Amino acid sequence: MLIFQCPYCGIDADETELSPGGEAHLKRFGPGASDEDFESYLFMRENPKGVHFERWRHSNGCGKWFHAARCTMTLEVFGTYSAQTFEPPQEIKDKISQKRPGWSWRNFS
Amino acid sequence: MFDASTTYVSLEQDTSLGMITLRADLASDKLKKAINEIGLGDLPAQRQIVSSSELSLGWMSPDELMLFCASQNVADIVQTIADHLAGEHSLVVDVSDARAHFVLKGAHIREVIAKLAPVDLDPTQFDVGELRRTRFGQIAAAFWFSDQTTAHIICFRSVAAYMHEQLIRAAASGSEMGIWSEA
Ligand SMILES: [Zn+2]
Repeated sequence: MLIFQCPYCGIDADETELSPGGEAHLKRFGPGASDEDFESYLFMRENPKGVHFERWRHSNGCGKWFHAARCTMTLEVFGTYSAQTFEPPQEIKDKISQKRPGWSWRNFS
Repeated sequence: MFDASTTYVSLEQDTSLGMITLRADLASDKLKKAINEIGLGDLPAQRQIVSSSELSLGWMSPDELMLFCASQNVADIVQTIADHLAGEHSLVVDVSDARAHFVLKGAHIREVIAKLAPVDLDPTQFDVGELRRTRFGQIAAAFWFSDQTTAHIICFRSVAAYMHEQLIRAAASGSEMGIWSEA
């Protein structure tokens, strides 16, 4: 079972206290966007074997959204971080680099 | 179907507890003043609950507190806090009727809660002074201990019947596990 530490209340919350929120760091394309951008925003998702970034919500807890970096193959959790960011903090990227040298995900590495 | 007289901790739903939800910048001086004004000292730290003889104030999230008081004092307290917070982005709302409050008493309260919530109830991990938001079975809830043999649980009133029934089942006489018992 996944256990994430919620960055807002500090609880080590197991999966049953959390709600999944899908892929992290999506950029929204709305009215006025090109068909290609809108399609990609709506439908195109990463499905990696390995390093992945997701949004989760501590729904049965403090209620806050947060980000998580984990490995989809081993379920290893690299870390959790604030929702108020457009990209993973350097500290999280460094942790991943230690354990998965050469990793990349979308335009992060 | 279930009879509360057959439980190994005492269990009652208490309707006399007033509950006020308070959303604001927790670092605000105006908020601190308001909390002092109603008779409490420092705001609770993360996941803590502070109490005086008449009030308790729990930390719910980085921008939310929950105040517990006698139901007849709710209106006055809401007014006092709202007056202090005038001009600040904040919310002070009486949610007493939207919440249900259960009180468990007995030597075995820790194990009864552990049967329902994904929380480590070992005394080194959770003790008096902490407020934990979590789930009980399939519903969101929060709980705290006012002493080693008294637990308070709150949940939405719309699911109070579910909470009551699952507490009775978890505390059914004959299902004792005998861990973390105070007596
Ligand atoms: Zn949380």
